[in-house]
Amino acid sequence: MASFGNAFSSSIGKKLIMGITGLFLISFLVVHCFINSLIIVNDGGLTFNMGAHFMGTNWIIRAMEVVLFAGLLAHIVQGFRLVFQNRAARPERYAVNNGAANSKWYSRSMGLLGTLLLIFLIVHISKFWVMSRFTGIPTVDANGNHDLFAVMVETFKNPWLVLLYVLAMVSLAYHLLHGFSSAFQTLGWNHKKYTPLIKGFGFWFSIIIPLIFALMPIVMYLGYIN
Amino acid sequence: MSTGNMNLTLKIWRQKNNKAKGSLVDYKISEVSPDMSFLEMFDVLNEDLVAKGEEPVVFDHDCREGICGACSMFINGRPHGPKEGITTCQLHMRSFKDGDTIVVEPWRAKAFPVIKDLMVDRTAFDRIIASGGFISVNTGNAQDANNLPIPKVQADSAFEAAACIGCGACVATCKNASAMLFVSAKISQLAQLPQGQPERYRRVQSMVAQMDAEGFGNCTNTGACEAECPKGISLENIARMNRDFYSAKFVSEESI
Repeated sequence: MASFGNAFSSSIGKKLIMGITGLFLISFLVVHCFINSLIIVNDGGLTFNMGAHFMGTNWIIRAMEVVLFAGLLAHIVQGFRLVFQNRAARPERYAVNNGAANSKWYSRSMGLLGTLLLIFLIVHISKFWVMSRFTGIPTVDANGNHDLFAVMVETFKNPWLVLLYVLAMVSLAYHLLHGFSSAFQTLGWNHKKYTPLIKGFGFWFSIIIPLIFALMPIVMYLGYIN
Repeated sequence: MSTGNMNLTLKIWRQKNNKAKGSLVDYKISEVSPDMSFLEMFDVLNEDLVAKGEEPVVFDHDCREGICGACSMFINGRPHGPKEGITTCQLHMRSFKDGDTIVVEPWRAKAFPVIKDLMVDRTAFDRIIASGGFISVNTGNAQDANNLPIPKVQADSAFEAAACIGCGACVATCKNASAMLFVSAKISQLAQLPQGQPERYRRVQSMVAQMDAEGFGNCTNTGACEAECPKGISLENIARMNRDFYSAKFVSEESI
């Protein structure tokens, strides 16, 4: 009888889930980065708050938010399961293992980098998202939109949080440096014509997006945007 | 690189049998010629041990020409030692310096249990091959050459995959002890040729299922396998296996 069988529970199926959810989370990064970049207008947050208002009220975005959390959860749960299963595949470790001779450290540390990102996400979501959706943002701006920008300015007065955000973005950059092209390899898209493009694009994407994100708390802390 | 004879310290994994607990044991070896192969150095050590009435070190070896895939030593943290594109038998002592300490361990993976010392049980690979790594052909005389035209690029790519000698270095070096480079090579050598088509989508499902059943880890695309493979098997094969697997599971109506 024809069935999907172990399509998703097999070793390749597990990779497929990581790859698809990973690429989906990458697409979310682009949207998030664009909306946040509106602070560059430097108009006391009016434009940014308009963007935040749109993200908070548009029903397509709100529906995608549920998909986003589902994708994030799948990526995290599957990621941890893979870490433990893969460790179990080598019960006795090597006394000497020269991993640096054959692979990049960050490709061997996706679990660690992902865990750092998870810790960051817990702080990040509790600082901004919970307030936006549930507890409510205390003030409104001149346009009558919730003043999320003011929350940002307040949050990034704390140098420790700025440091946490910058370090998290370094983790994100390394996570993406492996994850971006790795997802395409997992999907089977390894091709002499396309792979150099994917790798090149993935490299710059992995640097530029986290860099833009990291610059936001820095410029706010330094008072360039307020 | 050394020219004169060398004195070396070897730290070798000794383990009585599969159940026993093993450990690294130090051996001093002197007057090692730089022209010796790594395995010849082990022969000298073993003759020494036998002369002293000690148990010689057990290790796998066969052709000693780099083509059989039997030798399997994890040397200073790398499968088949520090050189690229060779097996342990093709590694020569001129790659080391006088006074070096060399750590030699067996392949380590749940699916490759240690039999004794440096010898591991790689029959998991045989069971994966038996589960689908074959084609159906009529017996009798071989067909005329060129009866089945095959594009040169495709023939070359299949041949490159077929260069895999099944030594297990990919599993040994993979941080996840994943066998995907091996399995993908064995799938790719058949999937790209007309003779491999009838069983193509059953094959990929059977071999991946057997690979998972053997307890190998999951690939995370670090590329360590490709870098350490003595035959230069490419990660492109893993991508091809993934594509065939998705086709088999999501498009084909054939299951195993």
